Amino acid sequence: MEIAIPPAPKAFGAPDDPRLVARTMAPPSRFGDKAFQWLTLAMALTVVVLVVLTGWQLWRGSSLAIQKFGLHFLVTSTWDPVAEQFGALPFIYGTLVSSLIALLIAVPLSIATAVYLTELAPLWIRQPLVSLIEMLAAIPSVILGLWGIFVMVPWLRDYPFPSLKRLFGWTPFFSGPIYGTSMLAGGIIIAIMILPIITSVSREILRSVPDLQREAAYALGATRWEVTRIAVLSYARKGLFGAVILGLGRALGETMAVTMVIGNTPQIAASLFKPGYTLASVIANEFTEATTDIYLGALFEIGLVLFGVTIVVNLIAQVLLKTMTTSTSATRAVQ
Amino acid sequence: MTKDSGRTDNHHWRKIKNALASTGTFVSAVLVIAPLGLVFFYLLVNGASSVNWDFFTHLPKPVGEAGGGMANAIVGSLELLALAGAIGIPVGVLGGVYLAEYGSARINSVLRFLADVLNGVPSITWGVVVYGLVVLRFKGFSAYAGGLALGLIMIPLILRTTEEVILLVPNGYREAALALGVSRWKTIVHIVMKTASKGIITGILLALARIGGETAPLLFTAFGNRFWNHSLSQPIAALPLQIFTYAISPYDDWHRQAWAGALVLVTGVFCVNVLVRFLTRGRAVSVV
Amino acid sequence: MTKFHKSTILGLLLALGFSASASAQMAINGAGATFPYPIYSKWFDEYAKVDPSVRFNYQSIGSGGGQKQILAQTVDFGASDGPMSDDNLSKAPGKILHIPTVAGAVVITYNLDGNPALKLDGDAIANIFLGKIKNWNDPKIAASNPGAKLPDKEIVVVHRSDGSGTTFIFTDYLSKTSGEWKEKAGNNTSVNWPTGIGGKGNEGVAGQVKQTPGALGYVELIYATQNKMPYAEIKNAAGEFMKPTLESITAALATADVPDDFRFSMTNAPGKDAYPIAGATWLLVYQQQKDAAKGKKLVEFLKWSLTDGEKMAKDLQYAPLPESVQQRVLTRIGEIKM
Repeated sequence: MEIAIPPAPKAFGAPDDPRLVARTMAPPSRFGDKAFQWLTLAMALTVVVLVVLTGWQLWRGSSLAIQKFGLHFLVTSTWDPVAEQFGALPFIYGTLVSSLIALLIAVPLSIATAVYLTELAPLWIRQPLVSLIEMLAAIPSVILGLWGIFVMVPWLRDYPFPSLKRLFGWTPFFSGPIYGTSMLAGGIIIAIMILPIITSVSREILRSVPDLQREAAYALGATRWEVTRIAVLSYARKGLFGAVILGLGRALGETMAVTMVIGNTPQIAASLFKPGYTLASVIANEFTEATTDIYLGALFEIGLVLFGVTIVVNLIAQVLLKTMTTSTSATRAVQ
Repeated sequence: MTKDSGRTDNHHWRKIKNALASTGTFVSAVLVIAPLGLVFFYLLVNGASSVNWDFFTHLPKPVGEAGGGMANAIVGSLELLALAGAIGIPVGVLGGVYLAEYGSARINSVLRFLADVLNGVPSITWGVVVYGLVVLRFKGFSAYAGGLALGLIMIPLILRTTEEVILLVPNGYREAALALGVSRWKTIVHIVMKTASKGIITGILLALARIGGETAPLLFTAFGNRFWNHSLSQPIAALPLQIFTYAISPYDDWHRQAWAGALVLVTGVFCVNVLVRFLTRGRAVSVV
Repeated sequence: MTKFHKSTILGLLLALGFSASASAQMAINGAGATFPYPIYSKWFDEYAKVDPSVRFNYQSIGSGGGQKQILAQTVDFGASDGPMSDDNLSKAPGKILHIPTVAGAVVITYNLDGNPALKLDGDAIANIFLGKIKNWNDPKIAASNPGAKLPDKEIVVVHRSDGSGTTFIFTDYLSKTSGEWKEKAGNNTSVNWPTGIGGKGNEGVAGQVKQTPGALGYVELIYATQNKMPYAEIKNAAGEFMKPTLESITAALATADVPDDFRFSMTNAPGKDAYPIAGATWLLVYQQQKDAAKGKKLVEFLKWSLTDGEKMAKDLQYAPLPESVQQRVLTRIGEIKM
């Protein structure tokens, strides 16, 4: 017996649905699409504009100083507003030394913490710790500087510094009078500021190491630590190095907290107890008061040097990080 | 046999190294968290007692006189955030949309690179640039200049977070909309961005929290103001700027207020961060 | 939240900002010296009660900053305790007038156990700041302070890290009393300091000295007294050790020769009762004001400060200008054109 089966109702969107056909006959909003695309392109191109604009403004502002001092600016150590002799060497020295101290302190701690968070910590402790580290990253620089002046520096002056002097006073690094505000204090406070960024980027790097590596090591009978050392850390070497360079980039540009504890004296001294001065600090302190055009030009030139250095360092970091992870996870760690 | 005993000795040593590593990394983690606890502790001890009604409603008093507050600095900071947002949010969000939706792989990776590099530039550089562009040209320090400097910092920040979040929106959504005949730009605005709105907003909030604590770019743009700001083309007070000025002064009363200001600022920043965490407790992209 | 809601909120905030700008209160901005900041901030606070339609916003960024910003015309008036050099004045887009307001003392403050009262002479101070006297119990210091128990401690020298009129006054005194200082560092708002650490503003130096045991620095008198810090008696040109007081500052001011443009120095003044490290401070304004309404208010304030304002000087330990000088300054203020 044949039953007449009525044709199935047509679903919306079926190829010959008249409603859809009618709609698809109408052209899409060509103007709207183009306009929106151009608008968003223009907005995206602002990053190019910003880089060019900054470089140009800094270059223009430093033209007087560049004309007068040329490349000597980078190797002269006098900073004498009276005699109008300016040289960036004390600030380059101060920035490099304070950043180096910061890295020496922060890198081992950060990477060890990242290892702890990804490999060794019990699962329940991981998220809370990560949240705490993100909170540390959120502390504004000026507040850390405030804490630095009133809590850290007096404590350093009374306890660790005299001990360091007793133990290592025979080396040039820990000789001389103890002021409290010093190159070492500057380095320590920068270390505190860069701990979160190195930790979180390292963590992302370590997380991106394929489990296969770990499993292979376990299969060979390695202990937890050995798995970490052999399979994870050596695989992640390049990325971890990138994290360190990213931390360095951040350290180089740190301004407020450093200005408040480093002593603000343009000098090149071996002793870490002596006060120092960084590129960013001298701009913060002296920019509004540079009375002569050449003084202002010299400060602009310092800004240009700082800009150039941080761009190069960040570029290197980005290259290293891209080889390890997709850029999204690394930048998520950075934000 | 010697071979076996050698192996068990080695095994013992390896176990010790393992234990050392576990403890060592745990101690490192504690050391990394320690400054957070110390800073918070001193903020509370030194600042809590000074955060009172006066602090939120009074203007600063002349040098050497006790009392006074930071009302103008708090309001000033909020005004600067609004100005910065007016510049940073539209540019950043739309730019991020471009990187996620359009463009070619080459151009996009260059733009992404540049944005990441800009994110690493020290904030004082922006102060210098805006001083030259705005303060000198218009012969005056102003809230506009301060807002612009902060807004420029926001642009690459929001651009990257927006791009990331939009990339997470499943392609199916786009395809469905396009299949229905919705134009491209409407698809992006009404479907994609709406879906990603939670993530975009959290990105904006994080950027605002970040620049809310910035001091360096304001030193020679917003300049600071002992009174209420009545015009955006005039100097304006800001909370981090006020904290800095008070912290390096010799007056105990100003120090007390600096701690209070710091406590208020940190609380504000942390609240935003907690809010963000709350909003993203599911996923950054909400499922409609 | 849709894009529409976001833009509405932003629009409202901007409207708020713009409407606030339509309010009637005028803002006049100034920047400069930290030396007179205590009295200036008192003046601005009091004047707001005298004339509520105007607010004076003063940022104490140092005399160097005051000079620079008035030259760049980013502020309506500057303040400096070092008079502007002829070089800088010639660069200005218009004629800048020096309006002296008060005179104050630069004191040598220090941080030693027990706050002993110390006496110092120009030679000792110069050598400390040159880095040649490094220790508190140095014989040169002990010579002026028989009986004082000076510890065997390093002197932590604190100077200004920013461009400062206080530095100008101090180095002016050092250049007059020490030939070596004059050669090595000279007299200016910012010098190449042979030794020591830098503090920002009078506030910064006072803060540093207060925090650092064994420190020694130079600050304006009120910064030391407001913070209960000790300061030294200094040997003046007549050979007497003088405390910085209202009387000794006024005595120094009395012997000063005030020229027509009001730029003068009063360090190492000859009087028997004069305090040797004293100086005046100036407000810097353009003779030709750009904005008539602001100029008018500014002139009214200047006149008030030279009459009623001067009466408040003594409470904050600044010496008011002598009558004769006040009259000359008021005449000069009258020359400001809108």
